[in-house]
Amino acid sequence: MGRYIARRLLLTIPVLIGASFLIFAMVYALPGDPIRALAGDRPLSAAVQAQLRADYNLDDPLWLQYLKYAGGLLQGDFGTDFSGRAVLDTIEQRLPVTAKLALAAVVFEALFGLTAGILAGIRRGSFFDNLVLVSTTLIVSIPVFVLGFVAQFVFGLRLELFPTSGIGAGWYSYVLPGLVLASLSLAYVARLTRTSLAENLRQDYVRTARAKGLKPSVVIGKHTLRNSLIPVVTFIGADIGALMGGAIVTESIFNIPGLGRAVYDAVLRQEGAVVVGIVTLFVFFYIFFNLVVDILYALLDPRIRYD
Amino acid sequence: MITTSTALSHTPSSPAPLPGTPVLEVEDLSVEFRTPKGVVKAVNGISYEVHPGETVAILGESGSGKSVSVQAVMGILDSPPGFVTGGRVLFEGRDLLGATSEEQRAVRGPGMSMIFQDALSALNPVFTVGHQIAEMFRAHRGSSRKEAKEAAIELLDRVRIPAARERVNAYPHQFSGGMRQRVMIAMALALDPKVLIADEPTTALDVTVQAQIMELLKDLQRDTGMGLLLITHDLGVVNEVADRVLVMYAGSVVETGTVDEVFSDPSHPYTEGLMASVPAVEDKGKRLQPIVGTPPDLARIPSGCSFHPRCPRRVLEGAPPGRNCREDVPLLLPVGSVGRASACHYREEVLRARSAGTPA
Repeated sequence: MGRYIARRLLLTIPVLIGASFLIFAMVYALPGDPIRALAGDRPLSAAVQAQLRADYNLDDPLWLQYLKYAGGLLQGDFGTDFSGRAVLDTIEQRLPVTAKLALAAVVFEALFGLTAGILAGIRRGSFFDNLVLVSTTLIVSIPVFVLGFVAQFVFGLRLELFPTSGIGAGWYSYVLPGLVLASLSLAYVARLTRTSLAENLRQDYVRTARAKGLKPSVVIGKHTLRNSLIPVVTFIGADIGALMGGAIVTESIFNIPGLGRAVYDAVLRQEGAVVVGIVTLFVFFYIFFNLVVDILYALLDPRIRYD
Repeated sequence: MITTSTALSHTPSSPAPLPGTPVLEVEDLSVEFRTPKGVVKAVNGISYEVHPGETVAILGESGSGKSVSVQAVMGILDSPPGFVTGGRVLFEGRDLLGATSEEQRAVRGPGMSMIFQDALSALNPVFTVGHQIAEMFRAHRGSSRKEAKEAAIELLDRVRIPAARERVNAYPHQFSGGMRQRVMIAMALALDPKVLIADEPTTALDVTVQAQIMELLKDLQRDTGMGLLLITHDLGVVNEVADRVLVMYAGSVVETGTVDEVFSDPSHPYTEGLMASVPAVEDKGKRLQPIVGTPPDLARIPSGCSFHPRCPRRVLEGAPPGRNCREDVPLLLPVGSVGRASACHYREEVLRARSAGTPA
C-alpha cells in the first residue's frame, strides 16, 4: 500500500508539469496585449511599458517564460499579479472560501443525494421513486447558471430566506450557493445510489442475509448498502476535486470571493501567473482526491488490494 | 439438466417411514411469478414433510420449481414478482405463511436455515467470514462481540476448516470453493437449526470436494439430528444421502417414495427416463437414452399431464375415460408400497412393466 501511494504521488509530478505548461501556453495564446489591457484608456509611456514587459518576462519566447515561471514555482514563488500582489497571497486568502463552499456542496450532495437514492432504490416504482427520477432529470437538464440565478431570485430576493451575495453571514451564506453548486452532482449521486442499491438487492448475499433471519433494516442498511455505496463514495470523492475547481460560475453568481472568482477575473485581465498558479492548484486537488478515493476504495472493498 | 456425479449403486438405507411428528410440513404449496409477460406458475400444489434426522431430496431439472419452492418455505421469495398463492408451511406445527414477518424471521436461523449453491455470491464480499457467522449469534442471541467471535471460530473448526482461529478474519474471496461452502454450512448451523435446507450445495464444486461436503453434511446431521431438505439435480447425490425423494417436473411432484424404491422401480415415466439416462457399468459401449424434448415453459404448461409431450408411454387415442394424458390432469396417488405415490394415469402399468422387465 505504501509503495502504491508513493508511486501515485510520483506520477503526479509529470501530470502537474504537463497541465501547468498547457495552461500557460493557452494564456499565452490569448489575443490582445495584457499590458495595454491593464493600462486601459490611459496611455502608458513606452518606457513604462517596456519596464513592465521586462518585469513579467513578456518579451521572452513561450518556453523560456514557462521555465522562468516553473523555476519560481519550485522555490515556492507563484509570481505576482499586475498590481504587484503575490499570487500566493491571493491563494491563501481565497482557498478557505472555496474549500468551505466545496465542503457545503459535498455535504448536501451526500445528505440529499444518498437519502433520495436509498429511498428510491428500496421502493422502486413507488411515487417517491418517480419523483426522484423526474426531479433529477430536471436538475441535470438545467444549466447551473440558470439554476443559480433562479435560486438567488426566488430564495434570496423574493422569499428573503438566504443572503443573495457575498459571505457576510458566515456559514449561512454558503447554504444557497452550496446547494446550487451541489445540484448536478446531487442528482447523479441520487441516481447512482438508486441503481446501485436496486442492483445489489438482487444479489445472492442479500437473500442469504434474509435467510439468516436478520432484521430488514440490517439486511438493507448493512449488507446491501455497504456494497452499494462503493461506486457512490468513489463518485463523491472524485467530485470533491471537481467542486473545488468547478465553482467559477457559482462563485460569480453569488459574488463569493473564492479561487474560482479569482481565476475568472485573472482570465479577463490576461494575468498568466494568476491563472496558471490557481488552475495548477485545481489540477493538484483533483489528482489528490482521486488518490484518496483509490485508497478509500481498497478499504471499502477487501477484494481490491494495491500491491 | 440432470447429471450424476457417481454411478448409481444400490446401497440399502433406512426405508421405513419415520415415526413421530414431522418438524416441517408443506401442504399444497403453490407459487407463481407475476411478470409483465404473464403469470408463471412455478410451483403447483406440492406437499411433503421432513422428520428430525431425515434427509428428503427434491430432485428436478432447472426450472422445475424446486428452488422456488424452498425459498417460499423459508420466506425469502423475492416478492414481487413471486407470490405464494396457496398452501401451508407448518414448522413444528405452526403455520409460517400466516405468521407475521417478525415471527417468520425468528424461525429463520434457529429453526430453519439454508445453504446456497454458489457460496462465493451467497457470502457478502465485504465482511469477514467470522463476522458473517458471528452475526447469527449477535442477531438472534444478543451475544457480545467476543462471545460471537469465539463461537464462530468453534463452528469453523467444526466444519473442519484448518487454522480456524486465523481464518476467521479472512474474507470469502480468500477461500477455495470447497472451504467457502464449509463457511456457508458453518453459518447455517450456527444456531442448531431443526431443519437445514441445502439448495444444490455441491453443484458449483468439483467431484472430490462434492463428496467431502456431502460427507460433512451427513456427519453434522448425525450429530445434531436435524432434518435435511436437499435440493438437487444430481441423481448420484440423492442416491447416496437421501432417505426419501420427491421428483419434480414443471412445478409439480410427479413421484415420491423412498430413494431405493423410486430409483430401482420408478412408477412414473419421467423418473423412468431419468434412470435410463444414467450411465451404468454394464451398459458400457451403448448409447445413453436421453429424455426427448425440453422441459416446458412454466408460463405455458401443457394441458393434461405436463409431461405428456415428452412421454414415451402416453396414451392419447382410445384412452379409458379420465385417463387421457393430453386432457386429464393426473393426481399424485398411491402406488405400490406404503408412502409411495406417482402422478401418472398409468402408474400401475409403469411399475409392473419395470418389475416384469428386471430380474428380481
